[in-house]
Amino acid sequence: MASARRGPFTWLMLARLKEFIREPEVIFWVFGFPVLLAVALGIAFRNKPPDQVVVGVIEAEGAARIAEALGAAAGFEVVRLAEADAAQRLRMGKVSLVVVPGEPVQYRFDPTRPDSTLARHLVDDALQRAAGRQDPVVIKEALVTEPGARYIDFLIPGLLGMNIMSGGMWGVGFALVDMRTKKLLKRLVATPMRRRDFLGAMMASRGLFVVLEVVLMLLLGWLLFGMVVRGSLPGIMLLAVLGAFCFASIGLLVASRARKIETVTGLINLVMLPMFVFSGIFFSSERFPAVLQPFIKALPLTALNDALRASILEGAALADPAQLARIGIMLLWGGLSFVLAMRWFRWAS
Amino acid sequence: MSLALYTKDLRKTYSGKPPVEAVRGLDLEVPVGITFGLLGPNGAGKTTTVEILEGLLEPTSGQVEVLGMSWARDGAALRERIGVSLQETQLAEKLTVGETVAMFASFYRAARHPDELIELVGLQEKRDAWVVNLSGGQKQRLAVATSLVGDPDLLFLDEPTTGLDPQSRRQLWEVIRELKSRGRTILLTTHYMDEAERLADLVAVVDHGRVIALGSPSELIATLGGEHVIEFAVENDGNGDPDLSLEPLHALPSVIGVRIEAGSVQLTVGEPHLAIPALLDHLDREQRHMTRLTTRHASLEDVFVNLTGRHLRDG
Repeated sequence: MASARRGPFTWLMLARLKEFIREPEVIFWVFGFPVLLAVALGIAFRNKPPDQVVVGVIEAEGAARIAEALGAAAGFEVVRLAEADAAQRLRMGKVSLVVVPGEPVQYRFDPTRPDSTLARHLVDDALQRAAGRQDPVVIKEALVTEPGARYIDFLIPGLLGMNIMSGGMWGVGFALVDMRTKKLLKRLVATPMRRRDFLGAMMASRGLFVVLEVVLMLLLGWLLFGMVVRGSLPGIMLLAVLGAFCFASIGLLVASRARKIETVTGLINLVMLPMFVFSGIFFSSERFPAVLQPFIKALPLTALNDALRASILEGAALADPAQLARIGIMLLWGGLSFVLAMRWFRWAS
Repeated sequence: MSLALYTKDLRKTYSGKPPVEAVRGLDLEVPVGITFGLLGPNGAGKTTTVEILEGLLEPTSGQVEVLGMSWARDGAALRERIGVSLQETQLAEKLTVGETVAMFASFYRAARHPDELIELVGLQEKRDAWVVNLSGGQKQRLAVATSLVGDPDLLFLDEPTTGLDPQSRRQLWEVIRELKSRGRTILLTTHYMDEAERLADLVAVVDHGRVIALGSPSELIATLGGEHVIEFAVENDGNGDPDLSLEPLHALPSVIGVRIEAGSVQLTVGEPHLAIPALLDHLDREQRHMTRLTTRHASLEDVFVNLTGRHLRDG
């Protein structure tokens, strides 16, 4: 037995892993939930064939000819309407445009609605061509719907970043305060256990889970949605592990003084909420006004999400200046949090 | 005689409004190889004292020596030589008994074999059970097993048997006796006086952060002047304390102390066979009807009540 005895670091790490895999709820939140989210959002925002433009044509002299012309051109759904219904249909958005046959032909539409404006141009184009218009410039269309530009491609790196953040905050921050309230921390420091072994094992187990999370999310994207991973896998792993270190350190900092579960839960939400909103998990952070951008870019989750997207979707190298800046932001947050946490951490009392 | 524990004018004040003086000048000398009981009500400062001795709390002032060493200088070496069982630790729920003990064993340079410890506390059948599935008594026995993994020279047990079933209590008493028989020192805090009487060679009674009495259990009981307590009640119109004049009771033969408590009168006496007939005669003369009479051996509880006028459990 003496020779088979494992060292303290190994044991602490093993204990974290065992506790983790024996907790079905935790498994769900770490692995099941993001997968479900990705699948659900992937289905909801799947790329559909181009929408049909719904056009109302008032029953009147010449209506049949207009309907026929639109029917011949692709992409229109024509609804023949009585004059009485037309206004209401248009107002409710059931049709994008109403064509009133006659001389001249009248288009009724709301210019503040993008679909209406679009319909006006498409309908006009189709009717003019049907009437024999010749286009002086010859054009050719090239369609570029390809993997990498779809919503699901945008989403999966974001979910991965979100998962890495939650994992660090809950898996380290919450777990430590839980141990403190149960006096387990105090009990451990009453032994010769080295504190750096304990914290090291905590961080290392996060790093290990993150590798699994990356593999899982990328496999999911690839198998279910045909996502193409352009960056190198080791590079992506490195970014993810760095993100895990960054958020595990912030988790450590959040846990450093708190004595109550309620306190740490509040702190975790306080830290995570701005990043949920601003850091571009579900939609691009570029949508926020330019004034906010410096603040948004400085958030660790923005750095992680942007870095993951650049690497996974565009194949950006780690040495790329933009990537280095993001890595720097994560290192700064992680390093500073870690140093402060070590100074303030409450072990025994 | 070398000392396992020594404190001089130990003080601990928790900052706050108002500040709480948990320990107010506590002196202790615990020789090596004995079981020492720290006895006192909740809030007396026992746990604070113990956690200072365990190196988990900084004292506000005063001297502390543990196994002849100081926490500031020899912390790492001390950790290897002491064992600690805190009040109400919750160990990791999803680890098994075996894993828990083995993990703690990995922290020590020289550890006892986990299986041996699990057997010592009688948990061999629960070796592969998760901690969360153990009963309260089993959890406490496991906590004690983890405190023994380093084969400590000095073991701290803070309220180890509070709320335990009788079987677990007896099992823990056995563990303590086994350790003592191997020359180890044990510091035990408890508010069970029977436990202290049974296990401790030396008892310090602590109240309001100070030691108010020190001695072996029998010495402390002897300070009462009599080893027996006669307790009786008389018929009473109200529900309150007996409306009996206490003065004449003091004059009865062999009576050393008189007090009224919870509706009955307690007499500390040296020789019950002299005191009881005299008491009966006295009540006859007063035409009072006795409703209850019991006698028992005086306990550390009586010592505490005698010293403070309060009960240990009252806090």
